[in-house]
Amino acid sequence: MPNDRIPKLGRGQVALFVGTAKGLFVLRARADRASWDVGGPLFAGEQVPALALDPRDRRLYVASQSWHWGTTIRTSDDLGATWSDPASSVLKFPEDTALAMQQVWQIQPGRPSEPGVVYAGVAPAALFRSADRGVSWELVRGLHDHPHRERWMPGFGGLCLHTIVPDPVRPERMTVAISAAGVYRTDDGGATWHARNRGVRAEFLPDKHPEFGQCVHKIVQHPRRPDTLFLQTHWGLYRSDDGGDTWRDIARGVPSDFGFCMAIHPHDPDVVYIVPLESDGYRCTPEGRLRVYRTRDGGGKWEALREGLPQENAHETVLRDAMCTDALNPAGVYFGTRSGKVFASADGGAGWTCIVDGLPQVLCMRAAYLGDPSRAAVGPAARAARPASRTRRTPVARKRAAAAPRRKASRA
Amino acid sequence: MSGVARSGRVRVFLPQGLRPFAGGAATVEWEQGEAPLADVLAALWERHPALRDRLFSEDGRWRPHVRVFVGTEDVRWSGDLATRVPAGAEITIVPAVSGG
Repeated sequence: MPNDRIPKLGRGQVALFVGTAKGLFVLRARADRASWDVGGPLFAGEQVPALALDPRDRRLYVASQSWHWGTTIRTSDDLGATWSDPASSVLKFPEDTALAMQQVWQIQPGRPSEPGVVYAGVAPAALFRSADRGVSWELVRGLHDHPHRERWMPGFGGLCLHTIVPDPVRPERMTVAISAAGVYRTDDGGATWHARNRGVRAEFLPDKHPEFGQCVHKIVQHPRRPDTLFLQTHWGLYRSDDGGDTWRDIARGVPSDFGFCMAIHPHDPDVVYIVPLESDGYRCTPEGRLRVYRTRDGGGKWEALREGLPQENAHETVLRDAMCTDALNPAGVYFGTRSGKVFASADGGAGWTCIVDGLPQVLCMRAAYLGDPSRAAVGPAARAARPASRTRRTPVARKRAAAAPRRKASRA
Repeated sequence: MSGVARSGRVRVFLPQGLRPFAGGAATVEWEQGEAPLADVLAALWERHPALRDRLFSEDGRWRPHVRVFVGTEDVRWSGDLATRVPAGAEITIVPAVSGG
């Protein structure tokens, strides 16, 4: 039965799915992104560390994790109104590995040329592939059997494969990031994998340039320029122009080269967003100021984006999958914090708005425009024609908010 | 005897979080003679296979925050999977009081 906990999503709207430590929240706006409806939680009490909306068939994938009963992959073909039988999708390690699933870190739809294929990165570090839209999953043995594996060391978040980058042009190529093992790439469809960390420093190891062992946090790639990759590590910002064969430092003009999240502009392969954090033990925004940094020249220089973001007493953390973009023009950029705030920009990062405050810790986010982005009414004229912006709630969310008024919708 | 019903039907009580993996059922019951807990659980998996992965991780260990009682006895102190389950017993699965 469809639920009324989340707003009904339809054509011409922007959907923002927010995975938190206590469930899934769904936000909705028109293309102008001037006001937002907030709904949730779905799967209340369960952690949602990974989610994806497959652009090929609009299937929504959510990994939810119960403290007691383990991980479940749920799918929805109507944008969250109804969900699959949780018993129908089984993601677990084969018996011979003697491993047990700890957490799903990322769900990544495959390429347009491989319909039905979906990938999942998990802890303990491994890659799974589904060829049937997430019903059954198979361990990618080529990576699991890698000789480096026994020497991989876990990062603070555990030994996890958290980033999956399928090459959009070469179907046999895929790049993954593992903490704290580094970047690995296959060029033969997953049969063999090779460390791709040349030029990436491991500040925390005696050997600063090992073959593997770097603590990599996020990789982004633009589909129009697949050989260029950007990498955020534990103390480092890098760019590669040869698909990861070599990396060069691009951390100039940022208050810290430590951070987790990274996002690339949907239309401009030279525009990348990060949120630098004070490292190493603190891992919050430096000086209590929440600033997104943007490069518009592929890492040559970085500029601070602060309009609409709190510039005092803002000791925030943005986790590695808690930043995303939509496909509109001007692009929407979004991020969520460990303190449960979600910020949105409808103009590529120039100005920001806190669209909801008081969610549980934000773990992951995905945004999508439901329709043809080229025909969306996104401009200031469209925005001016709307009533003053505000955040609304679904009926259930309103009742919850009334019972416990801890979520304050705000607009900068 | 505590936890033993008069009939020979074993009854397994499921907490809210496990019911989606058992077709929504709060209780599962069937005719069962006295048997070790491992055999009773195997019979439960036959009826609702998805429950197995919720109680055990794939390396064969109990999930750490699961408690199972035969009658009122926590099976951790009564022989674990070798615990004798009398005919007509009641088995209660509960989430441990844990979490964050």
